[in-house]
Amino acid sequence: MAVAFDEMNGPGGDLRPAYRELSRWLKETSPDALEYRRQEAELLFRRIGITFAVYGDAEAQERLIPFDVIPRIMSAKEWAVLEKGLKQRVRALNMFLRDIYHGRDILRANIIPDDLVFQNPVFRPEMNGQSVPHDVYVHIAGIDIVRVDADNFIVLEDNARTPSGVSYMLENREIMMRLFPDLFARHRVAPVERYPDELLSALRSVAPHSASAEPTVALMTPGVYNSAYYEHSFLADKLGIELVEGRDLIVKNNEVFMRTTEGLKRVDVIYRRVDDDFLDPLTFRPDSALGVPGLMSAYAAGNITLANAVGTGIADDKAIYSYMPEVVKFYLGEEPILKNVPTWRCREPKDLSYVLDNLSELVVKEVHGSGGYGMLIGPAATKATIEAFRDKLKREPEGFIAQPTLALSTCPTCTASGLAPRHVDLRPFVLTGSKHVTIVPGGLTRVALKEGSLVVNSSQGGGTKDTWILDE
Amino acid sequence: MLSRTAENLYWLARYVERAEYIARTIDATLRVTALPAAYIGKTNEWESALLTAGVSASFYEVYPEATEQNVVEYLAFSPANPSSIKNCIEAARLNSRSVRTALTSEMWDTINSAWIELQEVWGKGRSSREELARFLRFVQETSLRFDGSAYRTMLRNDAYWFSRLGLHLERADNTARILDVKYHVLLPEEEHVGGPLDYYQWTSILRSVSALTAYHWVYRETLKPWLIADLLILNDTLPRSLASCYSNLVRNLDQIGVAYGRQGASQRHARGVRNRLEHSHMDDIFQHGVHEFIQEFIADNSRLGEIITKQYLI
Repeated sequence: MAVAFDEMNGPGGDLRPAYRELSRWLKETSPDALEYRRQEAELLFRRIGITFAVYGDAEAQERLIPFDVIPRIMSAKEWAVLEKGLKQRVRALNMFLRDIYHGRDILRANIIPDDLVFQNPVFRPEMNGQSVPHDVYVHIAGIDIVRVDADNFIVLEDNARTPSGVSYMLENREIMMRLFPDLFARHRVAPVERYPDELLSALRSVAPHSASAEPTVALMTPGVYNSAYYEHSFLADKLGIELVEGRDLIVKNNEVFMRTTEGLKRVDVIYRRVDDDFLDPLTFRPDSALGVPGLMSAYAAGNITLANAVGTGIADDKAIYSYMPEVVKFYLGEEPILKNVPTWRCREPKDLSYVLDNLSELVVKEVHGSGGYGMLIGPAATKATIEAFRDKLKREPEGFIAQPTLALSTCPTCTASGLAPRHVDLRPFVLTGSKHVTIVPGGLTRVALKEGSLVVNSSQGGGTKDTWILDE
Repeated sequence: MLSRTAENLYWLARYVERAEYIARTIDATLRVTALPAAYIGKTNEWESALLTAGVSASFYEVYPEATEQNVVEYLAFSPANPSSIKNCIEAARLNSRSVRTALTSEMWDTINSAWIELQEVWGKGRSSREELARFLRFVQETSLRFDGSAYRTMLRNDAYWFSRLGLHLERADNTARILDVKYHVLLPEEEHVGGPLDYYQWTSILRSVSALTAYHWVYRETLKPWLIADLLILNDTLPRSLASCYSNLVRNLDQIGVAYGRQGASQRHARGVRNRLEHSHMDDIFQHGVHEFIQEFIADNSRLGEIITKQYLI
């Protein structure tokens, strides 16, 4: 594996310009002062109640995600490229979804094999031929980006279902501004605080035609025991909309209403943070108590907008991911600005033989797996594991894809033994309304706190950082 | 607003008020039981603490005897008692989390900090009397902070009024329960006793509704049982009296009615109870039986809870 690119001290240890002020400030600030502010930040997080739940862990049902006080900084120029690439990618995702559930040009053009779509469990036949308001499927996308050198941002994963984490982007900034006003004064950091406003106007812009001029938007949560509940309540509050659970909603004559102290009130747009499977027990899982019976028929009647739309999983599936560069070209006729991680599809004989020859250097993933299960990390695996995996691969090659292990970029991070480089990724949030695609400058930076670790997931000890885009 | 939100706000206020009431009951009982037996007679004050908290039956499913140790544990910390202070604070926090969008950050901060302190400081219960006293103070201060931050920071809209409904309904219930358990020491026939025995019972009653000083300001008299009953039942100026609770309930329900442009069963029922209190005199109440009067009130009050639930909360 190549040496990781450090975002502060570039190749050869040259201080990169975006970090010049921060580096100077770090030299002036004693480790004790930094540690004191770190503790203060933790206290604030706990008091505000910014927690996430860990399922099945009775001791610590609510945990804090560790917050690293050293910001991650990007220049306006770097961001401009990213922004353009993200907008391009999300436009393509929406066009792809519209096509998959209607004309299917992309399948007829033989760009994506049929069975990858039709045999995919996240493909929703219920959505065939159904139009969604303004043809927007993915209103909120979280695109996971990693950086490998000064010039290249790579998309690791598209999240087109119910991406979370934006509350951390906003709260991290709030807390940083409270704790480090002096550091902010020395930089021109592009603000992120307009995200809730932009989200609300995007959601209102996609209201169904039967809605009134002042459409009612609600945020639907699975409830207080959901791991992202804090974020749901935080966003509902910032947007000034009701935070509803399935039991607060009722469908009558194919319209959706919420139960209020003044009787039933019509809802036009639901920003739902509930998975497809649980939305409507009459259509999906009959055992779901989280959903609203009849919601899908109101949806089919065009009386409610669901954001994101039902069936978007087919766009962020691992099997489809590897085709994203072709998807962008097909719909937009443009070269993709953001690269994909090179991916070998084991279903293709040429790719399979390359993968089999290079197992010890590759990461092999199950096409439908998630959360790191059923994965082979070649460089870290024993010979026996690799051989066992080789048999699995030969038996069922279409179930797997393979990728090289990436050298994620690093950023300076507080550790027990002082500042040290740790690997980071970035999840910017891309909003699509009826007319515009917008992104606030920034996103959620996740950091792998363990030395050498590439795992940034919060459930596995990852932390977060504030992400600064310098406004030049 | 969402019915569920209104319901959560209503219950949140009830839980906080209940926690404070239980804390004051324990506090008052500790004071009375610290006196030599000659001053308080043979009644088991811990037994009546259980009764005023309304958890006597469930207590005996867990403990054989109403000793100080057992009762304090059950009322303050026991997970088995749904109305224990610990459970009230936990339920309050869960309700707060469900309606965070309807709370001001000051209210959330109060409940969340109390919950954190409950886990971190009081997780293992308490070992000494001083610690218990500190715990009871902490509970009362939490309630004051919560009440104060609601009063000072909430918009005056339905969210505020539903929260106040919960508070006053719970408060009326609590005051009525003390009267229900202690009514016998307030009966005028026992006036002749007037000895230390009753005197300390009376102060204890007043203390548990934090009205000991108020009594002297209102009546400028030594403690007289019928005046205590008058203060707790009919005096509109005492915030924990039944009359005051109903003035507030009627006002909050009217505010909701005006905002929604519609009155209903709960407005009518609350007004009925308030009118009865307004037109009653202590003499008549004693004549018809304090106990009957209180029992009727408790039934009426819980009936109002049901009507509010049906009209607004489901």
